[in-house]
Amino acid sequence: MISPGEPVRTVFNPTIAKLALQALLGRRRFYLLLAFPVLLIGLVTLITVLADGDAAFEILPGLGYPLVLPLVAILAASSVLGPEVDDGSIVYLLSKPVSRYGVAISKWVVALGATLTAGALPILVAALITGDSTRALGLFVGAVVAGTTYSALFLAISAVTRHAVIASLMFVLIWESLLGNLFTGIAWLSIGQWGLRIGHEISSELPDPANLGYAIIASLLVTVVGVWFAGDRLRSFTLRGDE
Amino acid sequence: MSNLVLDSASRWFGNVVAVNDVSLSIGPGVTGLLGPNGAGKTTLMAMMAGFLAPSAGHVTLDGQPVWRNTEIYRQIGLVPERELSFGYLTGRQFVRANADLHRLPDAAAATERILEEVDMVEPAGRRLDTYSKGMRQRVKIAAALVHQPSVLLLDEPFNGVDPRQRMHLMDLLRRLGDEGRTVLFSSHILEEVERLARHIEVVVSGRHAASGDFGAIRRLMTDRPVQYAVQSSDNRTLAAALMAEVSVRAVSIRGEHLDVQVDDLGSFAVRLPGLARQHDVTILELSPSDESLESVFAYLVAR
Repeated sequence: MISPGEPVRTVFNPTIAKLALQALLGRRRFYLLLAFPVLLIGLVTLITVLADGDAAFEILPGLGYPLVLPLVAILAASSVLGPEVDDGSIVYLLSKPVSRYGVAISKWVVALGATLTAGALPILVAALITGDSTRALGLFVGAVVAGTTYSALFLAISAVTRHAVIASLMFVLIWESLLGNLFTGIAWLSIGQWGLRIGHEISSELPDPANLGYAIIASLLVTVVGVWFAGDRLRSFTLRGDE
Repeated sequence: MSNLVLDSASRWFGNVVAVNDVSLSIGPGVTGLLGPNGAGKTTLMAMMAGFLAPSAGHVTLDGQPVWRNTEIYRQIGLVPERELSFGYLTGRQFVRANADLHRLPDAAAATERILEEVDMVEPAGRRLDTYSKGMRQRVKIAAALVHQPSVLLLDEPFNGVDPRQRMHLMDLLRRLGDEGRTVLFSSHILEEVERLARHIEVVVSGRHAASGDFGAIRRLMTDRPVQYAVQSSDNRTLAAALMAEVSVRAVSIRGEHLDVQVDDLGSFAVRLPGLARQHDVTILELSPSDESLESVFAYLVAR
């Protein structure tokens, strides 16, 4: 007999989100997360002062957007879920009548907030320092879209493997950066490129690597499926004994 | 009043069988799950708590499957062996978070009530990482009980807890059992189970070895043949004399020692000194050669 309580709803769960935020702020990784935007803005400011022309802005599409943004998303997504899955202590959250999809959504919201704050926002600030506010806005919109998609993808990866950070890094460094620079076709399967394509609608200075409709739908799809998948993996969370 | 039922449940990991065709039913009151380390207790617990899918068979709570069934946790409170990694929370915050996750109508009052029940009101304002093992265990139990579940599952709850705290925890669990809750705890220590549980399930090497009240299990364990190694001044004379005893089942000579298998421990212990004197043999050494709990369990399985 199951007592008829309130039905389990798949919604944002403030308690889970609060614990995720505490987990994010309470770990040493948080300082690493802070270091990225500080260094990025510092570097751009320095080069704006020292160099002529567009050298300072070039750091953003060259380093800030393709590297700092996804790295921040990896740190955020793996901090809200990874350690708890690794050491099994997520069982304290899951032995509750709480929708697993709700858990995934709540943790994703926290990871997203951190990614936008420590990844997308500093890109906007740095781009504004270099001048041209339209271009800065375009890049910011791209970073918001890509940051949203990245955090969902990396959350899903964190729910599947203990080597989430490595797997996510490989996706960013090898797939998107290395292979993406060699083969233009990879733009169709690159979260960063989808974001740029959407940002291109605001500022035509940004590249135009794929079809706009495709970029929007692909970003949306990866986000929704990523969060859903993380929830589904949590439904099947398996507690392994030490024996 | 809840019944947790395993019906021919098995679990294997690759080609390692962790739990092999176990059928049992756990009802109200305190039940002990006894077995040596590595017997599959944690695997069984995980299956009963809905954190492991059985490879074959079924695990149900009052007829409902527990695997991938989130609703089941309204009924179940789980105290994992796993350490708390929420060291940055105070005891009160941690229990309160559990109450909130259950969406209890008055989470604050429920938190205070359960903290009082496990006698943790005073230290509840301190961070979890300042707690002793026994305090952490009590906070974990408080968190599992805050929604008044009818089933409480505890995996090795007394591990690393000092004796005084252990007594305290046992009183608490006994009280919960008396209230009509289904309380199941696992342990690899016979004495713990003996002192607390009325009903015992024994698992060895992933198999369900015995089931019953403690008296029956204890008899099974003490009535088994016991092996001794004896060294004396004249092993052959002693061997001949021992063989005439009813309580002795077998004697063999192994190097400097005699291996003696005894059926009735009590009468053997009483007779041995007299027997030695009678035949003018000096006993140099007498030691039980298989007193480990593992051998007791192995005997139960072999029966």
